[in-house]
Amino acid sequence: MMAQTDSSETPLLEVLNLRVEFPTRRGTLVAVDDISFDIKPGEVLGVVGESGAGKSLTGTAVINLLEPPGRIAGGEVRLKGQRIDNLPQEKLRHIRGRQIGMVFQDPLTSLNPLYTVGYQLEETIRTHMNMSEGQARKRGIELLSEVGISAPQDRIDQYPHQFSGGMRQRIVIALAVCANPSLIIADEPTTALDVSIQAQIIDLLKRLCHEQGTAVMLITHDMGVIAETADRVAVMYAGRLAEVGPVQNVIKQPYHPYTKGLMGAIPTVGQKLERLTQIDGAMPRLTEIPSGCAFHPRCPKAFDRCDTERPDPIAVEESKVACWLYDDARVLSGETEQ
Amino acid sequence: MLAFIVRRLLQSIVVMLVVALVAFSLFNFVGDPINNMVGQEATTEQRAELRERLGLNDPIPVQFLRFVGNAAQGEFGISYRTARPVADLIAERLPATVELAVTSAAFALTLGIVLGVYSALNRYGWTSRFVMTASLIGVSLPTFLIGILLIWIFAVNLQWLPSYGRGEVVDLGGWRTGFLTLSGLQALILPAVTLGLYQLTLIMRLVRAEMLEVLRTDYIKFARARGLSNRAVNFGHALKNTLVPVITITGLQLGSIIAFAIITETVFQWPGVGLLFIIAIRFVDIPVMAAYLILIALFFVIINLIVDLLYYLVDPRLRVETPAARTAA
Repeated sequence: MMAQTDSSETPLLEVLNLRVEFPTRRGTLVAVDDISFDIKPGEVLGVVGESGAGKSLTGTAVINLLEPPGRIAGGEVRLKGQRIDNLPQEKLRHIRGRQIGMVFQDPLTSLNPLYTVGYQLEETIRTHMNMSEGQARKRGIELLSEVGISAPQDRIDQYPHQFSGGMRQRIVIALAVCANPSLIIADEPTTALDVSIQAQIIDLLKRLCHEQGTAVMLITHDMGVIAETADRVAVMYAGRLAEVGPVQNVIKQPYHPYTKGLMGAIPTVGQKLERLTQIDGAMPRLTEIPSGCAFHPRCPKAFDRCDTERPDPIAVEESKVACWLYDDARVLSGETEQ
Repeated sequence: MLAFIVRRLLQSIVVMLVVALVAFSLFNFVGDPINNMVGQEATTEQRAELRERLGLNDPIPVQFLRFVGNAAQGEFGISYRTARPVADLIAERLPATVELAVTSAAFALTLGIVLGVYSALNRYGWTSRFVMTASLIGVSLPTFLIGILLIWIFAVNLQWLPSYGRGEVVDLGGWRTGFLTLSGLQALILPAVTLGLYQLTLIMRLVRAEMLEVLRTDYIKFARARGLSNRAVNFGHALKNTLVPVITITGLQLGSIIAFAIITETVFQWPGVGLLFIIAIRFVDIPVMAAYLILIALFFVIINLIVDLLYYLVDPRLRVETPAARTAA
């Protein structure tokens, strides 16, 4: 079911029919259900969705860092064509940090408080690169200066608590890029930061990745960040993919009714509205996912089929949309007036 | 840092003065010391003369100051029972207690940390489940029962180890040690295990709980995401973060190991200060009791001081003088 939208470039990361489950006493929760997407080298893929839509789990599942009892129950994750979801931990750790860097949401808790920033940098650098202590330290100082920390040669010997939140997120980013990975998974990297600092951190990520040609999987619920950063966007709903497509399409001309609702809920400057449009209801809990399309109880355009059959992603121009409105038969009969 | 040490020292001195007051009041409230010292036949004049000579007619504050002054110089008077200086009695007995306490603390700490880390890392394994269950026994059985059980098994039935005493000791310039002879070491095993078992289970359960807590933190997840080896994550990052609470508890426990060695020393007839104290109680030997009280308090105070200093070594957040976050991003 997965076809390349652009066949000229081989994807860096391919996620095929990924499924993440949490076995509980009351049955198995499917937190990520049959998700497929890919990221090309140097591309920024934004992953958006409400809290609990499975965005972060998808990110952690890619590097197999799910906390037990969570586990990958099906599907494949391929990095440069090689399967990595079934690798043993010892092999996987040469991919983590080396090929795929990770940035987490909360910079205040991401760094070990008992070690200096330099120690944590050198440790990571020496894990992945064949360097002496002196070389690793030199690279650590370079990295700190690259992520915009002034007087890096002094500050490298300081402890995390001696830095502000924004500075710590810069250090976390330095740690994520220190072995020149080809992909960075940034899991809500700005959510815990002040608005004024958010833009700086996003700029930093963009600049570093652009310079190094690093691809980014940017998980966020901030559509503004997506609009100015991402090349393509994946919209998630209740553990499933609603729509994937180029950023302009998804934002300006979304296909999936959920994406339309999501975009309608964003205020725009210069537009006078009595109130923002909103999607009625709430995202279902994982224990109560509706039959057929998970969105159909809230969908203004739902019809009979949505209740019974689950839609697979359907190619619509450059996007893929999991919605029966775009099923060939209906498109042909002209029923999809927007 | 220096201000901190000075402050803690002052606090320690206050604590020691309060303990000294309690110890001092023993002399006045537990019977008349003169009655304990002179025989039935002593005349009233003799008693009055002794009372004057011992300074018991002075005002209470003067007596207390004299007591504190003497105690500070290690002078606790004459034992009523043996008629020897209390300081000498304690100096003779202290090595036995210290060796016992240190051995059982080392036993409890090493095994406690190893088993705690192991059972945290292999949470669902059979061995760690067994160890956790077994540790309940260690926590709930009273010390004297453990001691008697060990004697019954290893001394009476198997006859591997002696059931009482210290074995042969070697005199090293006034410090009589049992570490250098085979019989001394053999005699040390059972009491040390008895004394350390409770601490062992306590430390083990603490390390396990702390370790599980730390393994759930973001920085451990991030350390894994950075591709660090399991060893670096578990021992470099996780274990070090569990150390602060472990140091606190171990410090407190080391104090109680020394203090509660009384029971173990009684069960094994270990010739330490604890046994000395028990005998002193039986004979209402107040100078020995007072000295013991002050000695134990001193141990607690010193250990707590060391614990506080260790925090500084482990946790850099306590070391900074300037507030965090000097530069805004």
